[in-house]
Amino acid sequence: MEKFNQLSGIAAPMDLVNIDTDMIIPKQFLKTIKRSGLGVNLFDEMRYNLDGTEIEDFVLNQPAYREASILVAGDNFGCGSSREHAPWAIADFGIRCVISTSFADIFYSNCFKNGILPIVLPEDQRDALMKDAEKGANARIEIDLEAQTVTSSDGEVFNFEVDAFKKHCLQNGLDDIGLTMEKVTAIDTFEATAGAARPWV
Amino acid sequence: MSPKTLYDKIWDAHVADEAEDGTCLLYIDRHLVHEVTSPQAFEGLRMAGRKVRRPEQTIAVPDHNVPTTLDRANAATMTEDSRIQVEALDKNAKDFGLHYYPVSDVRQGVVHIVGPEQGWTLPGMTVVCGDSHTATHGAFGSLAHGIGTSEVEHVLATQTLIQKKSKNMKVEITGKLAPGVTAKDVTMAVIGQTGTAGGTGYVIEYCGEAIESLSMEGRMTVCNMAIEGGARAGLIAPDQTTFDYCMGRPHAPKGAEWEAAMAYWKTLFTDEGAHFDKVLTIKGEDIAPLVTWGTSPEDVLAITDVVPSPDSFEGGKVNAVKRSIDYMGLTAGQKLSDIEIDTVFIGSCTNGRIEDFRAAAAILKGKKIKDGMRAMVVPGSGLVRAQAEEEGIAQIFIDAGFEWRLAGCSMCLAMNPDQLKPGERCAATSNRNFEGRQGRGGRTHLMSPAMAAAAAITGKLTDVRDLM
Repeated sequence: MEKFNQLSGIAAPMDLVNIDTDMIIPKQFLKTIKRSGLGVNLFDEMRYNLDGTEIEDFVLNQPAYREASILVAGDNFGCGSSREHAPWAIADFGIRCVISTSFADIFYSNCFKNGILPIVLPEDQRDALMKDAEKGANARIEIDLEAQTVTSSDGEVFNFEVDAFKKHCLQNGLDDIGLTMEKVTAIDTFEATAGAARPWV
Repeated sequence: MSPKTLYDKIWDAHVADEAEDGTCLLYIDRHLVHEVTSPQAFEGLRMAGRKVRRPEQTIAVPDHNVPTTLDRANAATMTEDSRIQVEALDKNAKDFGLHYYPVSDVRQGVVHIVGPEQGWTLPGMTVVCGDSHTATHGAFGSLAHGIGTSEVEHVLATQTLIQKKSKNMKVEITGKLAPGVTAKDVTMAVIGQTGTAGGTGYVIEYCGEAIESLSMEGRMTVCNMAIEGGARAGLIAPDQTTFDYCMGRPHAPKGAEWEAAMAYWKTLFTDEGAHFDKVLTIKGEDIAPLVTWGTSPEDVLAITDVVPSPDSFEGGKVNAVKRSIDYMGLTAGQKLSDIEIDTVFIGSCTNGRIEDFRAAAAILKGKKIKDGMRAMVVPGSGLVRAQAEEEGIAQIFIDAGFEWRLAGCSMCLAMNPDQLKPGERCAATSNRNFEGRQGRGGRTHLMSPAMAAAAAITGKLTDVRDLM
């Protein structure tokens, strides 16, 4: 997994609540057996007309935001399905950080497995960053994971919370399975004890 | 010992390791796998030279992509990319030695219907699947939730998940439900009150007389949509209804093991005085037959209501409602019962069980669907289909003008050929009304099977109580 430490980039504003995983990556793109190549279909139905041409006013089609690496979004981003194709598509497009007031549980967890930092901020701070993002390509937002700060283009600094374990894994690009494998004795012990107590499982 | 909630008890019984910061390795009893969210996980195992740690606790079934038409044995009914996914699952199930129900097996169906039906899902278990509607299994008093593909790979390799505990939320539905009001209306009523993020960070325990009175099928419908309220999982304490459902299922314990299991299952309830971080109480009598009008499952209103005005909302929801009403082709103030539909879909992991079909058939018996209506019933499993045929329900659907399909996810998420075209409007018993969910430009109104049957007859969203 790609490490995440600091990020300075263009933030794209998506001021819409409940952006769901069907919007992020519609179902027709789930028929892949790979993780890569989904960026071109990120937000497909909002981004392209039926004939495949771009919908001009969609934020990621606007010249200022084509190189965006941060999304600032409305409440409850990523609600809906468990499809990890959503963070795969986001990462493949080049977005490494999403800022909102809240995220759906499974999507939030999926982000950390794919080198994406989801940041939860209070509404007023998210709104301030939304306004900042609306300024376009000249307004670069900076993220520092170690310091747990977001800095707006005006230099305003917002602190955010992140689980220490998730932060550690993201900073070091660690593979969860490898870490859990180191605890195999604990799993063996649990299985033996639970197996005796609940043999029907 | 301090009193515990049902969730606390199941959680505590599955912690294999706990770090100082509270990060746990949660042991997983049952891992359900389908063709869409698993290929990359199996590929990951192969690349790392890893095995499935507990293949005997891992159950696979193709459901999302499979055609539901009667000619599906013909490979040409599937697009090539769908066929590749199903074939990959065939191969992965065989290579890794999983329990498998292929498309040709009468037990095949939607993963969340097959698991309980075969007795894989039992009280007190932890159940996961790379699908958000895994919440369904919470109906048995098991801790069940959806996971992403990386976590699918993690469970395959280690039989555990890295988790932190959620908070406890209680949703109590008191009293009795009125005639024409079903489990679907209950779960939609809850989301209507909490919103789609109201459950974020929580595991919900549903309780109260109205919940206790539900069958297992109804309880599965309620828990199924816990995820639509943002909760990690929904739970219902197991009782005699649960035990009766489980008894005799192919993979349920038998004999002395059954007795031992029962003794344990009877300890699975929330202790008197246990702490809930959030509580919601709804009077069962106050719930009316509901429909969704917008593009979020929280956009719920009684069928007797009207399309709301964006001005009646606050914050970011104002623009979202404007967008929804525009997408749905509606007008604020329009009566919901005036909305005309052209498609009806009865099925899905929410409402594809025998009880759902009985409820719809009771409305349809001796009647015809409106001329020009496209209506389909898609059983949740081959066994549901067989039972409905045996009970004469299938014939009622066919006589009314419905297509009687084979089992699969079908038009709930429209990954197979069952899709809406732009502008088509569907009365659906599934769980999501997102933009494009049932096909790009398609418009979805969620409701109960009985309400969908009523809409099929009149051609409009209809109060089922008028046809009872």
